[in-house]
Amino acid sequence: MRNEHAIVAEQFDDPVQEYQAATLGMWVFLGTEILFFGVLFAGYAVSRFNYPEAFAEASRHTDVVFGTISTGVLLTSGLSMALAVRGAKLGRDKAILGFLILTILLAITFLFIEGTEYYHAYKEQLIPAFNFTYESPHEKPVELFFFLYFLMTGMHAVHVTIGILIMIAIAIMAGRGRFSSYYYTPVELTGLYWAFVDIVWVFIYPLFYLVSRA
Amino acid sequence: MSANAAAEYTSYLDEGETLKSWLTTLDHKRIAVLYLVSITLFFFIGGIAAAVIRLELVTAGGDFVTAETYNKSFSLHGIVMVWFFLIPSIPAVLGNFLIPLMIGARDLAFPRLNLASWYLYTLGGIFTIGMVIAGGVDTGWTFYTPFSTMFSNTYVIAAVLGVFIVGFSSIFTGINFIVTIHKMRAPGLTWFRLPMFVWANYATSVIMVLATPVLAMTLTLVAVERIFQIGIFDPALGGDPLLFQHLFWFYSHPAVYIMVLPAMGVASELIACFSRSPVFGYRFMAYSVMAIAILGFLVWGHHMFVSGESVYAGMMFSLFSFMVAIPSAIKVFNWTATLYKGSISFEAPMLYALGFVFLFMIGGLTGIIVAALALDVHLTDTYFVIAHFHYIMVGGSVMAYLGGIHFWWPKMTGRMYPEMWGRIAAVLIFVGFNVTFFPQFLLGYLGMPRRYHEYPEELEVLNVISSGGALILALGYLLPLLYLLWSLRYGRIAGSNPWEAKGLEWQTSSPPAKYNFRETPIVTEEAYAYSPYKV
Repeated sequence: MRNEHAIVAEQFDDPVQEYQAATLGMWVFLGTEILFFGVLFAGYAVSRFNYPEAFAEASRHTDVVFGTISTGVLLTSGLSMALAVRGAKLGRDKAILGFLILTILLAITFLFIEGTEYYHAYKEQLIPAFNFTYESPHEKPVELFFFLYFLMTGMHAVHVTIGILIMIAIAIMAGRGRFSSYYYTPVELTGLYWAFVDIVWVFIYPLFYLVSRA
Repeated sequence: MSANAAAEYTSYLDEGETLKSWLTTLDHKRIAVLYLVSITLFFFIGGIAAAVIRLELVTAGGDFVTAETYNKSFSLHGIVMVWFFLIPSIPAVLGNFLIPLMIGARDLAFPRLNLASWYLYTLGGIFTIGMVIAGGVDTGWTFYTPFSTMFSNTYVIAAVLGVFIVGFSSIFTGINFIVTIHKMRAPGLTWFRLPMFVWANYATSVIMVLATPVLAMTLTLVAVERIFQIGIFDPALGGDPLLFQHLFWFYSHPAVYIMVLPAMGVASELIACFSRSPVFGYRFMAYSVMAIAILGFLVWGHHMFVSGESVYAGMMFSLFSFMVAIPSAIKVFNWTATLYKGSISFEAPMLYALGFVFLFMIGGLTGIIVAALALDVHLTDTYFVIAHFHYIMVGGSVMAYLGGIHFWWPKMTGRMYPEMWGRIAAVLIFVGFNVTFFPQFLLGYLGMPRRYHEYPEELEVLNVISSGGALILALGYLLPLLYLLWSLRYGRIAGSNPWEAKGLEWQTSSPPAKYNFRETPIVTEEAYAYSPYKV
């Protein structure tokens, strides 16, 4: 068989055990990731509880149109990633490769939109500790809002970038015919990771773009 | 064994002797040895800092070192002992070595991740040592804001970075253990046949995986706040310093259980083996470690009784803290019941295990005192608290760690340690420990605050006793270092099962070969199938 995953790592008895161990390892890792971001969400919750008006005011300076478009782009990339995993399960190398490239392009688009937003923030002098100038009685808490904004979206962007690098590696492996309907663990784990990246954004988006915008 | 088979056999220690073969190894047993070496080094660094503290406190006047040096000493002592010794000691050394052996696996699930975690540990250690050389840090191991972010003029960022990195080492170890224990047990080894040591490390791994990322992110925020003068902790910047304490203790209280749960696992193994009886109430022992792990996440607020958290929060945290006493007491009662009518022999590991139970009990009972809201208001930040957590963390973890090292030393090295010296060291450590820390309960009750380098004259007698005890303790810690090193060369050949213990790790040769077992063992009996009531 051309692309049977012949070699099981030495510590495992069989491919099933290897697959289950890798999958469980990924889930546990994502558990740690949730708590990693959890600190930032807790910090956001406390700060917003302390300064509700300032946070509402500050959020009007984020760009809801760009934010919504980038949310759409990212969630679409989640769909194409899921289709890549499906392609892997069916053993279709071309489908894996095609959908992975689509996902990578969407992810790059997402980063590009985010970069544009950062640039706007820079021009409006909203980057804390860099060029922050803001005339308002709420100056300090607004700075706090943007501190959290850059920290959380920045941390998320780091995860997106790592995801892009992983997907490139997986795409190369797929191009060499490394996967089959018997062995597609790396593709599936990348899919899990990417779903996590999507989900974090689903929480970040309303917290920074939709606060009291009604 | 025929001569031919003996010639074929190579232990994991003989699989290459170059430095490179050690630094690139993927064998869990070799990684455990790497950890053993580096952790021992850090233990003595932390110990030297402790010596400075106790020397300073011999006299009331504060005349041995300056206040600043004193602050740096206790910070170094705390940071090194908590993060570079107590937390990794049992899981990273004994757990790494034993878990695959105990469950009949060839290795941990992710050997590369395992090696990476040792490198992260070392890298974190380099940052911490670099911080010391550069000039030290005076925040204490808790890095409380806003002191750490605004006022301290020391190397906070290097210290925080070291802790941040070592945190990832801990997370990786946790992931590895959880996956290995779930997926790689030998046929027939059901969950309720697992040795208590494996259960304990499983519970510990859950805490490591769920708590450590919170610490990592919190310390990142401290560093960001310090560098850019912007952040969520400093009140002058609009932040909330209580938030830091909540996040810090959300990790650092469960971290106490990272230290003590594996110690409980070790104690169960030793007590069962040296009393030749199965662990009493096995299932409840297993449920208890899990219960302690879960309850451990609900009690962080008892570190904040006097911080300004609401009185209702204080009441809930107090109640949950009392509840931890239930599974802890189950453990102590069941160890006692295991000993009851057992055929007890007092080998060195057993002495350590009994010492552990005794010290853990004192630590636990005084824990109830400080968990009580009203009493804690009097005792907060006094030597009572110092004594309490040293009984739990040092009396608990270190006793069990040393007991475990002695017990599994023949498995790790193939040689026995000198028994008489082992017993002398165990007794010295037990006596030295109590002489050091028991007076501190009294000192704290009398109102001696922690973190001060001078104190009122009338407390001098108790402080002198305490420092004298520390000297005995130091001697007790040095002895094993000497005779264990001696035994590497001159110790009696151990044979595969010198203690006639149960457990899969004793069914393979000592030291084990690279992939542990010639054939995957099949488990057909319950854990601790010692025949009860006789040798």
